[in-house]
Amino acid sequence: MNIYVCVKQVPDTEARVQVGGDGKSIDSAQINTILNPFDEFAVEQALLTREQHGGEVVALSLGDDGAAAAIRTAMAMGADKGIHLKTDQSADDPLQVGKELAGQIGGSGVDVVFFGKQAVGNEHGQVGLIVAELLAVPAISEVSSLEVSAGSASGKREIEGGSESFETPLPAVFTTQKGLNEPRYPSLKGRMAAKKKPIEVREVTLDEPLLTVEKISYPPERSRGMIVGEGAAAVPELVRLLKEEAKVL
Amino acid sequence: MAINVLVAVEVRDGELKKSGREGLGLARKLVEQAGGGEVAVVLTVDSAAELPARLAAAGADKVLVALRSEFANYCPGGFAAAVAAACANVSAAVVIIPASALGKDLAPRVSARLGAPAASDCIEASFADGKLTATRPAYGGKVRVTVSFAGEPAILCIRTNVFDTLPADSSRNAVVQDLPVELGEAELKLKITGVERTSGERPDVSEADIVVSGGRGMQDGENFALLEQLAQSLGAGIGASRAAVDAGWRSHGDQVGQTGKFVSPSLYVACGISGAVQHLAGMASAKVIVAINKDAEAPIFKVANYGVVGDLFEVLPALNEELSKQS
Ligand SMILES: Cc1cc2nc3c(=O)[nH]c(=O)nc-3n(C[C@H](O)[C@H](O)[C@H](O)COP(=O)(O)OP(=O)(O)OC[C@H]3O[C@@H](n4cnc5c(N)ncnc54)[C@H](O)[C@@H]3O)c2cc1C
Ligand SMILES: Nc1ncnc2c1ncn2[C@@H]1O[C@H](COP(=O)(O)O)[C@@H](O)[C@H]1O
Repeated sequence: MNIYVCVKQVPDTEARVQVGGDGKSIDSAQINTILNPFDEFAVEQALLTREQHGGEVVALSLGDDGAAAAIRTAMAMGADKGIHLKTDQSADDPLQVGKELAGQIGGSGVDVVFFGKQAVGNEHGQVGLIVAELLAVPAISEVSSLEVSAGSASGKREIEGGSESFETPLPAVFTTQKGLNEPRYPSLKGRMAAKKKPIEVREVTLDEPLLTVEKISYPPERSRGMIVGEGAAAVPELVRLLKEEAKVL
Repeated sequence: MAINVLVAVEVRDGELKKSGREGLGLARKLVEQAGGGEVAVVLTVDSAAELPARLAAAGADKVLVALRSEFANYCPGGFAAAVAAACANVSAAVVIIPASALGKDLAPRVSARLGAPAASDCIEASFADGKLTATRPAYGGKVRVTVSFAGEPAILCIRTNVFDTLPADSSRNAVVQDLPVELGEAELKLKITGVERTSGERPDVSEADIVVSGGRGMQDGENFALLEQLAQSLGAGIGASRAAVDAGWRSHGDQVGQTGKFVSPSLYVACGISGAVQHLAGMASAKVIVAINKDAEAPIFKVANYGVVGDLFEVLPALNEELSKQS
């Protein structure tokens, strides 16, 4: 099978995030980056699909040099090839990114494309579905179980308080999340091998973004509240406060 | 400048979800700020019954009913086609979609179809000086990004439990119209074949108005019975930290945080949860936070309105008892 997985390098979830001097950007100088945690599930599912059906896993990432790091991690996990869609543009707009990815994936004879459900950082949760719509192929988001067979797939996606079962012909797009699989850690051997695998670099120019950042600010600080008391003895006062002061009970 | 606003509402088991009324509340506010216009709803259902009248009472001027047998379950391509058709029908400047599992799947599809920008998980939106802006948390809630939109319609996917609903007014009327939707082969390739309920009568964490959550401090899955009892008396949903989910005590759907669900309930009770940044990302926008933790230095106390320092195995039974005494 011809398998693509789209990956993104993102700020570490532990990172301290500082608003830049212009009030419209994030000061990224001090921020460590990692492969988007949701994309680990996507890479793992791509590898499982290859193990079952044979074929090749291509990792695709759009962005500046950081994107190459995401591809290397995917390769260290086991992806066969990488394509780096290189641009210095900010690539924050999901439609703009989706259009470029769809343009690159379309016509490649792909059977399945995996995405993370959402990229940590911008947290749009849109790109996979946009790509599928633009390619006019079915997309299932937030899959929690997946069975791929020749020409079709079935599985479940999570909804509030339950799940939906689906069936679809291939080619199709899937966005992945926790619970679908346990992503493997790249082994030392995997890391060494990844260094030798080819990354094809394609220079790209994105459309104008349609979402414009006007302002980035910190959320209102939650003021430290009160310690009502210690142990079970504090309970009557806690309940009273929730009823009379906070009025939430 | 008058603007028309379209709201896509979610219906499950014939019932309108509360998020739809929140969408209508926001739509009315935006129309008012813009200086007039119409609030329309697109209803994608296999049977409309009383829904149009309820939508009118909740603030709709017009209800476009896309009635198809395929719409008994979520039909991704079909719903997207219906929303796109409704946008054209009412010349919508803004489309509001709930940030539910369904809405988060739908909004990007509509965005791609119309070539129109979509902002995910909005917690604020307003229209001023002829311009719409929306604010959304990013970087795990560490910042808030305010965006503007080039091109129409602007698509707002809105977080549940954040926007105010309007008081139901049964004297309001709405124009009700059929909305024909052409479904091609492409729209129907993907089939949702069934819906399974897992959690019985407890509301999902992302929808519940009160959430009680347990972390590693719960020590065991069975101890969640203490939280089940609390949730029962408060009508709450049950959440969990990643530590509790990874230990296999709770299912993935219950995880609150940056790689779980984002919740904004009016009350969030964290039991045996330390308050790691990734957990705070999912719940720091709750209106009131209560923390029960035996470690007075736990970071969760920095965001809690009310803290109880103590062993949850003493505090929770006392809390359950106190609530049962009072009801
Ligand atoms: C990429 C990434 C993504 C992540 N995403 C998430 C996410 O979405 N959600 C999430 O929650 N975490 C997430 N995490 C994990 C996060 O960093 C923490 O490890 C996790 O939240 C800790 O869970 P906890 O608070 O239950 O456990 P701990 O940090 O171990 O805290 C347990 C707490 O329970 C208290 N306690 C113990 N016994 C008792 C008792 N008897 N009575 C009262 N209190 C008691 C302790 O004092 C302690 O404060 C993520 C981490 C990474 C790296
Ligand atoms: N620049 C990018 N390059 C490759 N894949 C991306 C890029 N941005 C987003 N994606 C993919 O789309 C998913 C959702 O991203 P987002 O819509 O930005 O939250 C991610 O988990 C990735 O799989």
